[in-house]
Amino acid sequence: MSLEEKIKDIIVERLGVAPEKVVPDAHFIEDLGADSLDTVELVMAFEEEFDVEIPDEDAQNITTVKSAVEYLGKKMQNSDN
Amino acid sequence: MQRRVVITGMGVVTPIGNSVKEFWEALLAGKNGVNPITLFDASGHTTRFAAEVKDFDPSPVLSPLEIRKMDRFCQFAVYAADEAIRDSGLDLERINLDRAGAIIGSGIGGIISFEKQHEILLTRGPRRVSPYFITLMITDIAAGHISIRYGLKGPNYATVSACATASHAIGDAARLIRYGDADVMVTGGSEAAICPMGVAGFNSLKALSTRNDDPAHASRPFDKNRDGFVLGEGGGIVVLEEYEHARKRGARIHAELNGIGFTADAHHITAPAPGGKGAVHAMNLLIKNAGIDPEDVDYINAHGTSTPYNDKTETEAVKTVFGDHAYELNVSSTKSMTGHLLGAAGGIELVASVLAVKHNIVPPTINYQEPDPDCDLNYTPNEPQERPVRVAISNTFGFGGHNASIAVSKIQ
Repeated sequence: MSLEEKIKDIIVERLGVAPEKVVPDAHFIEDLGADSLDTVELVMAFEEEFDVEIPDEDAQNITTVKSAVEYLGKKMQNSDN
Repeated sequence: MQRRVVITGMGVVTPIGNSVKEFWEALLAGKNGVNPITLFDASGHTTRFAAEVKDFDPSPVLSPLEIRKMDRFCQFAVYAADEAIRDSGLDLERINLDRAGAIIGSGIGGIISFEKQHEILLTRGPRRVSPYFITLMITDIAAGHISIRYGLKGPNYATVSACATASHAIGDAARLIRYGDADVMVTGGSEAAICPMGVAGFNSLKALSTRNDDPAHASRPFDKNRDGFVLGEGGGIVVLEEYEHARKRGARIHAELNGIGFTADAHHITAPAPGGKGAVHAMNLLIKNAGIDPEDVDYINAHGTSTPYNDKTETEAVKTVFGDHAYELNVSSTKSMTGHLLGAAGGIELVASVLAVKHNIVPPTINYQEPDPDCDLNYTPNEPQERPVRVAISNTFGFGGHNASIAVSKIQ
């Protein structure tokens, strides 16, 4: 499973939304019905799944599906080095 | 003239039925709600049985996401509130929601969520504790969720007084209506403490029955061989309404809530005061508050926990308050069937009391086999009894020495 697919699965499960709604530009709060606590939980789920630590100042920029994929992609690359 | 308070809606989740209809049928059938614990592996616990809620499916009321964000106690509360509001026939789009509130208590709150998140803290570290942990756990959150869900903008809070919790909630709610702060109150209690810490704690306190070889007969209030209470869970919620408000909309009125008695033993954290002095004071206050004669009371839904002390002391208290009439009225402990729902007990037991008044049938005390010389009243043993029920009293007493008695009567 690709990173993007894993991220999508987590979003579908945590936010209880239909998979087809989880498109790259979908905004967690504006498009997927999350509230601010849901986004905190989502970031924690990413940390858990990918075994990374996401500082609060980075977390506040993870607001869309695309930003999550890009951020975690970079983070995973760095941790591979 | 004092504003009158009536009960127009009821909802329950109990170990013997997850609707008022099922609950009442089970009470009259003497159904036993006690079972070996399935909610967790209790093989290492001293007591390995409890009265669990069976087949609870909140999905008709709550979405999967909502369920994940609510502790089990809160799910029980919202589910029972939903039934109570539907039962009341209130059209929430037509009433003044600024004058509708919710007081929902829980003796313990989200202890199951506390346990789970504490385990995460210990095994995976503090950064893994859920952002919902606090709002899963705090006791007042059931009242909060109910207000948000139904738009109730009147008084909103929780009460906490151990096993008297729901009665305090209901009594406070009735007073807010009497004083004119609200016209409609959704109120009661819920509890979900059948978890490793809950059972271990009550075991260490020596409060629970340990009749592991015969759980079905473990909850036996007033019987000579009682050895402690059986932990139960669930929720009991009523809709209270100002009488004229209910009458004007043509509501079906179940009963009137006309007496409240709140006192403390000021004696010991768990043992009742000798002679049940605090309970006597509570029932006397209630009689005065209701403006009734003691002889008008036909049924007492006893606290009747099945602990050696409570049942003996409560019997003494009833005899002190009612004198000879104590032998004329019916007493029963529905905990013989439901187990002890702690902070929800006063909720489901008020519903049982209302139904007794409404149908003129007293639900039984099951598992009553051997009389105890210290407990010599008519406990409605094993079979329901038909009789006129003008006024019923629901007694609840909590660790800490809290006493709360509520009276309901036929609407005049």
